[in-house]
Amino acid sequence: MRLATAANEAYTASLAVSELLGCKQCGGSRGQDEELGIRIPRPLGHGPSRFIPEKEILQVGSEDAQMHTLFADSFAALGRLDNITLVMVFHPQYLESFLKTQHYLLQMDGPLPLHYRHYIGIMAAARHQCSYLVNLHVNDFLHVGGDPKWLNGLENAPQKLQNLGELNKVLAHRPWLITKEHIEGLLKAEEHSWSLAELVHAVVLLTHYHSLASFTFGCGISPEIHCDGGHTFRPPSISNYCICDITNGNHSVDEMQVNSAGNVSVSDSFFEVEALMEKMKQLQECRDEEEASQEEMASRFEIEKRESMFVFSSDDEEVTPARDVSRHFEDTSYGYKDFSRHGMHVPTFRVQDYCWEDHGYSLVNRLYPDVGQLIDEKFHIAYNLTYNTMAMHKDVDTSMLRRAIWNYIHCMFGIRYDDYDYGEINQLLDRSFKVYIKTVVCTPEKVTKRMYDSFWRQFKHSEKVHVNLLLIEARMQAELLYALRAITRYMT
Amino acid sequence: MEKMSRVTTALGGSTLTGRTMHCHLDAPANAISVCRDAAQVVVAGRSIFKIYAIEEEQFVEKLNLRVGRKPSLNLSCADVVWHQMDENLLATAATNGVVVTWNLGRPSRNKQDQLFTEHKRTVNKVCFHPTEAHVLLSGSQDGFMKCFDLRRKDSVSTFSGQSESVRDVQFSIRDYFTFASTFENGNVQLWDIRRPDRCERMFTAHNGPVFCCDWHPEDRGWLATGGRDKMVKVWDMTTHRAKEVHCVQTIASVARVKWRPECRHHLATCSMMVDHNIYVWDVRRPFVPAAMFEEHRDVTTGIAWRHPHDPSFLLSGSKDSTLCQHLFRDASQPVERANPEGLCYGLFGDLAFAAKESLVATESGRKPYTGDRRHPIFFKRKLDPAEPFSGLASSALSVFEMEPGSSSMSWFVDTAERYALAGRPLAELCDHNAKVARDLGRNQVAQTWTMLRIIYCSPGLVPTTNLNHSVGKGSSCGLPLMNSFNLKDMAPGLGSETRLDRSKGDARSDTVLLDSSATLITNEDNEETEGSDVPADYLLGDVEGEDDELYLLDPEHAHSEEPDYVLPQEAFPLRHEIVDTPPGPEHLQDKADSPHVSGNEADAASLVPVDSSFSLISVSHALYDSRLPPDFFSALVCDMLRFYAEQGDVQMAVSVLIVLGERVRKDIDEQTQEHWYTSYIDLLQRFCLWNVSNQVVKLSTSRAISCLNQASTTLHVNCSHCKRPMSSRGWVCDRCHHCASMCAVCHHVVKGLFVWCQGCSHGGHLQHIMKWLESSSHCPAGCGHLCEYS
Repeated sequence: MRLATAANEAYTASLAVSELLGCKQCGGSRGQDEELGIRIPRPLGHGPSRFIPEKEILQVGSEDAQMHTLFADSFAALGRLDNITLVMVFHPQYLESFLKTQHYLLQMDGPLPLHYRHYIGIMAAARHQCSYLVNLHVNDFLHVGGDPKWLNGLENAPQKLQNLGELNKVLAHRPWLITKEHIEGLLKAEEHSWSLAELVHAVVLLTHYHSLASFTFGCGISPEIHCDGGHTFRPPSISNYCICDITNGNHSVDEMQVNSAGNVSVSDSFFEVEALMEKMKQLQECRDEEEASQEEMASRFEIEKRESMFVFSSDDEEVTPARDVSRHFEDTSYGYKDFSRHGMHVPTFRVQDYCWEDHGYSLVNRLYPDVGQLIDEKFHIAYNLTYNTMAMHKDVDTSMLRRAIWNYIHCMFGIRYDDYDYGEINQLLDRSFKVYIKTVVCTPEKVTKRMYDSFWRQFKHSEKVHVNLLLIEARMQAELLYALRAITRYMT
Repeated sequence: MEKMSRVTTALGGSTLTGRTMHCHLDAPANAISVCRDAAQVVVAGRSIFKIYAIEEEQFVEKLNLRVGRKPSLNLSCADVVWHQMDENLLATAATNGVVVTWNLGRPSRNKQDQLFTEHKRTVNKVCFHPTEAHVLLSGSQDGFMKCFDLRRKDSVSTFSGQSESVRDVQFSIRDYFTFASTFENGNVQLWDIRRPDRCERMFTAHNGPVFCCDWHPEDRGWLATGGRDKMVKVWDMTTHRAKEVHCVQTIASVARVKWRPECRHHLATCSMMVDHNIYVWDVRRPFVPAAMFEEHRDVTTGIAWRHPHDPSFLLSGSKDSTLCQHLFRDASQPVERANPEGLCYGLFGDLAFAAKESLVATESGRKPYTGDRRHPIFFKRKLDPAEPFSGLASSALSVFEMEPGSSSMSWFVDTAERYALAGRPLAELCDHNAKVARDLGRNQVAQTWTMLRIIYCSPGLVPTTNLNHSVGKGSSCGLPLMNSFNLKDMAPGLGSETRLDRSKGDARSDTVLLDSSATLITNEDNEETEGSDVPADYLLGDVEGEDDELYLLDPEHAHSEEPDYVLPQEAFPLRHEIVDTPPGPEHLQDKADSPHVSGNEADAASLVPVDSSFSLISVSHALYDSRLPPDFFSALVCDMLRFYAEQGDVQMAVSVLIVLGERVRKDIDEQTQEHWYTSYIDLLQRFCLWNVSNQVVKLSTSRAISCLNQASTTLHVNCSHCKRPMSSRGWVCDRCHHCASMCAVCHHVVKGLFVWCQGCSHGGHLQHIMKWLESSSHCPAGCGHLCEYS
């Protein structure tokens, strides 16, 4: 006979989660309220997201078996069921892949020590002043034995991490400026130098958290309850509110207004959907007939690229970042700058010359085994995810729309697909949608509920979350492509 | 590449001559293709499309097909192919999804012939029919393959890959109607050109995209595929199911694969990323490439054999903007640089060793393990005339058999298990370990432990050690009384232990000493031990330092241990008698000379407190009252540790290191410590001493070591019903929703410790099963199996 410990860690954690959520098997007879009585406490009555009404979001305890498993996984991996998970569970298929990847990046075998990983997460999230992620990872960072002193600012962290600051900055706001000199600087810094494997790990973490910050703001994720309260490690001068509240402080106030506004424009937005469907159909049919000339195709990309930088929300007021997060990055003035606004000439990145599937994947998998596979799966799921629905319509082929969104984001980063007609973007994405995309991807901290509500008014919240998934994955891929290309150039 | 070898091959009238050469292109190449006459090559890329003539000494640009002022995306080529029947016909695949054909026979400057804009996404590959003049096939990112008849404006037929991107299409060379296509999801499909509705055959060839494929030029059924999973696989398609006949593992994802003409088992590959070389593999020898071309400075994007019947010329284009002609003769052959030596253990400790024949022949006399003591059991030459490398690969295989019982390392295991490394005061640890060592007959080790205890634990004893230390340094301190006292004391220790470190000359004097001290050890006995011992232990030390595996080789080790086992019983009781024996002065001199001996002397001195009462020490204490801090000895202790490690006894080195902790750690550099730790852990694991090894890992202060037991801590469990891995929880399967581990006694789910019978695989809660099997010998599940619990 032989003894075995059956996955001990998972066991205790998921035991806890089933206690917390109520057991699936025996929970049926119990009343919903009773079950919810011991649910995760919520702050101030609004649910996981400030943009999405709580009733739209799946209630913990009413999920199906697959989602339950996901929740259990998430809980087991992180020791919590965070709001991001609760919102992402609109798309369980993606969530599964997302959690798996995140878990691997943070907790499984990898070249970087655990506290470094969380600290890099904090650095990345802080670039976008995403206090939600910062707070979560401050906890994790301390939990895995990180030095609290580092949290007082990047200058208190080891030189090695300080060196990463520059890459973080460029990657977050102007990834196309990354050169092999950046990489060389990190790899050849005497005793503070990074190894290639560590660097790839760090780059993946940075891009992951940049895009996750986009998601957090894009879906208006509410702060976790335990992150708001006064934690002893915070300096006493820091007030308790979260900067999400400061920056986009209009959540509960204008909810009513928007609701009424929504009612008024129902017919309006109905036509919106119809028009979009019509355009898609047209594009599909007319493709072969109307063939644009070469020059026109080329100029369309340039136009779209140029235009994308003028797409900015009208309420573009500067927001001063709250102190507690900004301490992690020194150069607050360094933000998203558009391609040619400052007279920069950025050569177009041709995806046919360096793409994720052929090149990026191979490089990542070589230097950080298994992660390439995980990210690849995640990209695939995000790109191919569809329910064949659009608002109230069923059986719609949305691939064209999804591709337009994906390519529009890459276009903003200067990444061009030779085989794509950028004219389609203009047809399919209206201005308010472009504003939203642009803001979420480039300056997520400026997303407001108004922006979230004003695009695709007839669409379901789950579809808006779906859009967000596309946004963050496309953004992550774009950043990764630039960073990996620089690494490749360094290596050759 | 300054090798200027020249090859002239006669090929049915025409001759190919040339040398290894390269020329600079203006832009990175994406693909190349060779004309039928083997005298021209076309290079295509994002911003290049040129034809070069291959002359004897150089490439000469013959034609630039990129005409017109405005660069058009139609000219941004992902692939190019030259028709193998018609010298004037070319086709390119553009990144914007256009397929273009070119007719070099056109009189105008623009040779563009036809434009097919049917694909919606990038076209990855174009391919002409090998014999039919007008048939062109294309495969695109949009998941469609299209077959064009060049006499018509549109495609003749469209083949759907179910929205999976097509990476490569290749017409079969032998079967007129067949073509193969490879996909981004790892599938390979076989199509009949006449049946566009569905594929003939489909199988999953790779994990991840299959970037390329190539039909064997002679062997009808063989298809080589290369994928992102870094593998090249050769499939036999003649059987009912595609059968993998060969598999070559490369170091990077495989971008192109091309069979070598006239060489049935050779194929050339280049990679998509990271690796810039071109390899030619013999598929029967999948680990070492047969040839390697290292000219390119960036990834190679296109390879082509210059002539379909000439195996010596390979052309290649690269992202580094060069076009190269490689001569097989100039290739570097990794096999030459390889070290064809192998070493492996058998189940019962036998050792097989294969090396180049020449090496073994010349060195067998010299190498200790092929020496007189161990006889090769058999000696065999492996020669395979079919192997192209047979000359290089021939090797001699020697197998060494263990003499029964000779490999006994029980002292090691015992010591490892019984040593106490932490959790008690230092003095107790030292005493305990000394006792363990003594019980096992390892007196020198025991004495070392006692020494350590004296140095570090009892301030009152410091002077004693100090005294001994001074003796160790030599007799120059001029204290004859103490010296003699120490030496007397030391004698038995030396009798059993010091011979390990001494040459025979020393040993002789030892024997003298022993004789004079009237030990029970007979002279012959001791002599014999000396003879066999010294070289054996030397070997042990040598070998273990560098390669932990080798120490098992040493069949004599047990010999050396046996006397150790015998000695203590004799040696210890004698100790007090010896005290009275006067030492010979020349012996003293001997000691002072040898550096090892100082350590031994110190050892010997430690006998005083251990074996006899402390009264003796009090004498010395009275004599010397210079108090030195324990720090004073750390250099000595470090020397001692290094000495043990060099001797091969990393166990001692590591154990002392752990027990002494901070006291000595700073004096030994991190790397050495790490080296000792890894050696010791490796040894422990070889003896399946998992608990001890984990304890060592835990107690180590070296970061590299202590992180060893933080990796791979997950235990994966498969469901007992559906055999799938259970990802989330240990006891309920997500897929079949069965509880995987039910207790056979209480019929509840077991969460935690699950114990099961390996005979009938029933089991349950540990407590329940234990209780059950106390009263019954049958399986609690009622299957009738007689379970055993041990």
